[in-house]
Amino acid sequence: MARLNPLILATGLEKTYPARDRKGAPFRAVAGVDFQVHRGEAFGFLGPNGAGKSSTMRMLGGVSAPTAGSLRILGLDPVADGRRVRARLGVVPQDDSLDTQLTVEENLVVYGLYFGLSRRAVKARAGELLEFARLEDKAGERVEHLSGGMRRRLTIARALINEPEILLLDEPTTGLDPQARHVLWDRLFRLKQDGVTLILTTHYMDEAEQLCDRLVVMDKGLIADEGSPRELIERHVTREVLELRFPPGENEEVARKVGDHVEVLPDRLLWYADDGEQALAQATEAGVRPLTALVRRASLEDVFLRLTGRSLTD
Amino acid sequence: MMLADWRDAPRAGGLAMAFRAMAYWLVRYRRTWRGTIVVSVANPILFLLAIGAGLGTLVEGPVEGASYLAFFAPGLLAAAALQNAFVEAGFVVNSALRRERIYSTAAATPLEPGHIFAGHLIFITLRLFLSAAAFVMAMALFGLIENIAIALAVTLAATLTGLAFATPLAAWAVTVADFPQLNTVFRFVVMPMYLFSGTFFSVTQLPAPLRAIAYALPLWHGVDLSRTLALGTATLGTSLLHIGYLTALCAIGAMIARITYRRCLHE
Repeated sequence: MARLNPLILATGLEKTYPARDRKGAPFRAVAGVDFQVHRGEAFGFLGPNGAGKSSTMRMLGGVSAPTAGSLRILGLDPVADGRRVRARLGVVPQDDSLDTQLTVEENLVVYGLYFGLSRRAVKARAGELLEFARLEDKAGERVEHLSGGMRRRLTIARALINEPEILLLDEPTTGLDPQARHVLWDRLFRLKQDGVTLILTTHYMDEAEQLCDRLVVMDKGLIADEGSPRELIERHVTREVLELRFPPGENEEVARKVGDHVEVLPDRLLWYADDGEQALAQATEAGVRPLTALVRRASLEDVFLRLTGRSLTD
Repeated sequence: MMLADWRDAPRAGGLAMAFRAMAYWLVRYRRTWRGTIVVSVANPILFLLAIGAGLGTLVEGPVEGASYLAFFAPGLLAAAALQNAFVEAGFVVNSALRRERIYSTAAATPLEPGHIFAGHLIFITLRLFLSAAAFVMAMALFGLIENIAIALAVTLAATLTGLAFATPLAAWAVTVADFPQLNTVFRFVVMPMYLFSGTFFSVTQLPAPLRAIAYALPLWHGVDLSRTLALGTATLGTSLLHIGYLTALCAIGAMIARITYRRCLHE
């Protein structure tokens, strides 16, 4: 079902936390951002730690009032109508926050009761969700015995108990091993196919490229740019990237020699070029002798470094 | 859609929402209740044996008109309610927000911070009541409870005493960022109150200035209420004064908790 009105509409959204003590200063985590999310989309917030992603997610979750600007979720005000908004959201927090003393099923049941589901409805729903999360044989197991990947899948299952229209995921695969991440991505992809709107934060570029139709890159509380992964790559970087490594301390010197299409990272140089091999030939001609050289296609990581690189080296 | 009618259903009232929040604590309690009941009965029996019947034989003459054991038992009951309140509303509340993130999980659902507080407080009340009832059973074993009406009255008095501490404690504990601060308050506020509220000896034995302080302590009101009800010496006026004082603490605590819970759960 297509809708003209966006599911989420944020305009000039700000969040400032009060000072922790008398000596401290108030902290502005989100400094005025605009974005829209449409039904059925997978929308990502990408950015380094401290960029304001989690603060934005808390405002979207209806548990943190914006300091300034306006936010509409499902056409409602998440502060005045918090209850109604939260009834239609699913939230997957960064730290799982499952009850490790309770069983897998008990975690789901308790959460369903919070939403006002009857015990019978919640039991039936728990069965379906455990199957979806591939935890059907773990129903009676205590959560403390589950692996990190299983816990994360359980947290997602829990967030789906109320059949949410929007699922908020804060760094869904941080701390998981590669296999567990792929299982999780597969589950999220299925949800998207079922029409659930996904909103996630991540600092993994591959995750953003895999899952997001559209994303914003955040840095220091502001949106640096917005678009699909492909659009962002085309806008900010060239088709290919030549990665050059030098002995420690020589990066800056080489960068001065070859020009301004080069990004200097602590451990390597990134040379943006439409033809990486040609750039390498050019470098060799100029007398540059790297320890290693690698030509690859440009990725979202390059966009990320271009847009937020300076804060990374801080 | 399976849940469609549920989602469009009229809003549940505040009490119904609080019971949803309480359900979590019941599910969790289901795992440990047997152990806590045993402790709640065994602990007072040991204390009454050791201090009341053992040490008490060294105490000469009646205290406030009763044997030392009969004097001491209801005092300890009220003091135990304070201790239980500190565990349930101090340590558990703090951990529910910071370490276990039980509150944050509930806050992501339609429950408001006020519902989450109320739900937990209802459960704490239940815990305080069960502990008090177990203690009163232990007192009955020592022949200190004459009839069922007294048993009920004393149990309720101890529950109210615990609640008068639990409510403001929860309001404060939810704001505490570092856990050791709770221990400090336990050591320097709770323990002195425990010792000087007429639990172990009659406050009439204290010098006048100290006695005035003791009369102002909330625990003394809980101790005197429980004791006079147990000994059958309660008067209406004094009992109402005690109940009023303790109820006022509950009300003030609840008002503050509504504010602090909102601030800490919806920041």
